[in-house]
Amino acid sequence: MTVRLVSLTSILFATWLLMSGHYDALTISFGVISCIACVYLTRRMKIVDHEGQPLHLNSAIVVYWLWLLWQIVKSNLDVALRCVLPGKRIDPIVFRAPTSQKTSVGIAAYANSITLTPGTVSMTTWDHEIEVHALTRSGADDVLAGNMDAWVTRVERRK
Amino acid sequence: MIVEMVSWLCLMGGALLCVAGGIGMVRFPDVYTRSHAAGVIDTGGAFMILLGLAAQAGFTLITVKLFFIGLLLFFTTPTSTHALVKGALFGGQNPIVRDSPDKDNGVAS
Repeated sequence: MTVRLVSLTSILFATWLLMSGHYDALTISFGVISCIACVYLTRRMKIVDHEGQPLHLNSAIVVYWLWLLWQIVKSNLDVALRCVLPGKRIDPIVFRAPTSQKTSVGIAAYANSITLTPGTVSMTTWDHEIEVHALTRSGADDVLAGNMDAWVTRVERRK
Repeated sequence: MIVEMVSWLCLMGGALLCVAGGIGMVRFPDVYTRSHAAGVIDTGGAFMILLGLAAQAGFTLITVKLFFIGLLLFFTTPTSTHALVKGALFGGQNPIVRDSPDKDNGVAS
């Protein structure tokens, strides 16, 4: 708990320093006061937990984000071309994809990753399945291939 | 000079993606397929424009703020798209798929 409070305070204060750009004693002391007040309130609301601060996610997340970025670039071009090229180039499909994540943070991260890549949107989530709407069959096949699922599970695993 | 060129390439690319997404939002048949077109604007369009602006600003606090905006979009846009689509689903909009009986309008009867 102390670790979470300290890390939350330092992250908030680092964010404050980066956003403010004014570094005289008075403004910095305002920053310190507001950070401490925020931490006090979040503690009172009992939302300083593993969901608000997923410290347990390991460093594989950096590699995963790069991979996800590449997927986003690819599907962006694909969907953008389907938008502008003449003729009907879409073939929507709704299907259920299995999920292998253990925690709600993991499932949320997977569902968000699916939605973040254009061409696939997560519609509903259950404990072990996500209902996905895909613009094309090939987009659906990409999700069902399970690469993204495996990636998120790897990121989710504790150190 | 090179930075300037990269920056403008990013800005123009982002603008083109936004236009493409806009065209898709008009052309696609139902709310679900349109959300895919909106996804192009959310991700490709927004991030390319942020990248172009960051290249314009160089290594300053402005770039840091643009990065924070990008981070915010990275987490909030998929969440809001999911909320929209889930709302449409629970509101009774049936997605148009190849095998569905109400193929022409996609509205639940």
